[in-house]
Amino acid sequence: MEIKPIGPSVRKGTAPNPRSFPNPYAVGMALGVVLFLAVFITGGGLGASGALQNVWAWFERLIAPYHVDTNIYLVKYAGGEASPLSETIVALGIGVVIGGFISGLFGRRVYTEIVKGPAISPKTRLLFAVIGGILVGYGARFARGCTSSQGLSGSALLSVGSWAFMMAFFAGAFAVSPFVKKLWND
Amino acid sequence: MPAPFDLTGTLGTTGTYLVYILIGAGFGAALEQAGFGRSTKLAAQFYFKDFAMFKVMFSAVITAMVLVFGASAIGLLDYRLVYVNETHLWPTIIGGFILGVGFLVGGLCPGTSLVGASTLKIDAMFFVGGVTIGIFVFGETVPLYMDFWNESYYGRLTLPDWLGIPTGVVVLMIVLVALFLFWGAERIDHKVNGADPKEAPRLRYAAAGGIVLLALVVLAIGQPGTDDYWDVIAADQQARLDDRQVQIHPGELLELMDNNRINLIMLDVRPERDFNEFHLRAARHVPPTRADVEAIIPDLEHLDPNTVIVAMSNDENLATMAWKTLMANRIINSYILEGGVNEWISIFGEDAQPRPVKYPEQPNFVFAAALGDRCVASDPDADAFQLEFVPKVEIKVAAGPAGGGCG
Repeated sequence: MEIKPIGPSVRKGTAPNPRSFPNPYAVGMALGVVLFLAVFITGGGLGASGALQNVWAWFERLIAPYHVDTNIYLVKYAGGEASPLSETIVALGIGVVIGGFISGLFGRRVYTEIVKGPAISPKTRLLFAVIGGILVGYGARFARGCTSSQGLSGSALLSVGSWAFMMAFFAGAFAVSPFVKKLWND
Repeated sequence: MPAPFDLTGTLGTTGTYLVYILIGAGFGAALEQAGFGRSTKLAAQFYFKDFAMFKVMFSAVITAMVLVFGASAIGLLDYRLVYVNETHLWPTIIGGFILGVGFLVGGLCPGTSLVGASTLKIDAMFFVGGVTIGIFVFGETVPLYMDFWNESYYGRLTLPDWLGIPTGVVVLMIVLVALFLFWGAERIDHKVNGADPKEAPRLRYAAAGGIVLLALVVLAIGQPGTDDYWDVIAADQQARLDDRQVQIHPGELLELMDNNRINLIMLDVRPERDFNEFHLRAARHVPPTRADVEAIIPDLEHLDPNTVIVAMSNDENLATMAWKTLMANRIINSYILEGGVNEWISIFGEDAQPRPVKYPEQPNFVFAAALGDRCVASDPDADAFQLEFVPKVEIKVAAGPAGGGCG
């Protein structure tokens, strides 16, 4: 198997040669099967932002344990004897990174790159990545779940709140799309 | 027993952790194959340049949905034990909107940014950093508006419950809407980007047909009801019933009535006339049909764990029907009043006149008037009676859905 495009080789000047992505319907159905297996085996769906929440709560406790114990929200995650890193949602997040990496190797897509629209500089892209990330992190916790848990899992399990989330999510993205057109288009 | 499985019980914590890593790996691989590690591919959806995001997301939703409810229909999976995201309507809508805005500004979401970072996309790594900051800000500020954040709470509200239509119909409708939207997406893709739908694999029609077929099967079989749930637990519970482990002595019920550490709920499943004539104080009248008992199940779920439910009828027949319905629907701390209301009155009802016993479930006593609970026997003084009995009530905690997803 060729894994040439991985980080260092790119710096040596080897052009990355990623494989094209398979048919989206096929990938979607495969993702649906993974989601079904998660529900069938564990009784819960998929998730991602919860992993970062737990890791962060763990980190915050290292720095300010008293503060975490007295914050009505954080105490749930890392208060007292809680061990946020042992939560299964963190295992799920670790798995996502491993699975993404392995899949990327097969697709020859593991190489350093700043993915961006053609009209902006790498620095602008990174700045907006951070800004967007902040909004997404905040919004995901506010909504009690991100596109993985509310969007995919909750919708498939027919939660009313999750369908409301989906509509709000698409509404938010479409509402802002005219203003950030330059980020993604010529 | 049907899925989901008790993972920590069988595999231990480490084994469970590994299972979650494996599932996560499947999730990450699927997202990577979809191209969702690349922000440009996701953002392109919102300028109608690439429909992969929409297609992947909704294919996944309808595939998982028909499989979950198919497995539930044939009894392989107990949907009641599956964690379904609870509905906090307004916080979800506001959070979802903010997330949507951030999604198009940053080009990724939490899951896809982890995948992007795993394939060394620098922008995805910065995005993960941003998400962490957002999580930090949320954690520090949510105590200020905790009340709002906990408002508009509807619990485990599902579309079939909300709409009042069968699950199978909802499943089929969502599948059909999704297929219609796929067709629309391909039309737009053709018009805007000149993509030729004929070049897309023919197999997708077969896949769509397969999913519609599965949805029709789900609709035809229907979701399990009280009978099916009873069948699952019948082996254990019929034995308890036959051994008379669930029929509690009137003396025990009297003790429970005076025990303020127990949340006692008495369900009187007799015809309304009998109930009006005499009933125990604080007993709740439920018409003596299974549908009526099923109708009050939502009131009995999610009560404090120290809740004990005692069903009673004139004898034990109707109470046993109610008890089976309760147990099948996972109201597990349910009991039956031994000998029923007739036995109760024969012990505590000093002023009641017996009448000849002609048929089962008849009231065996006559009162001077329809006294309801204004009878001494409705709430007897426990100290006035010296009753000997074997206590049977044991409080158990039902296994419920574990927290899942981003919780």
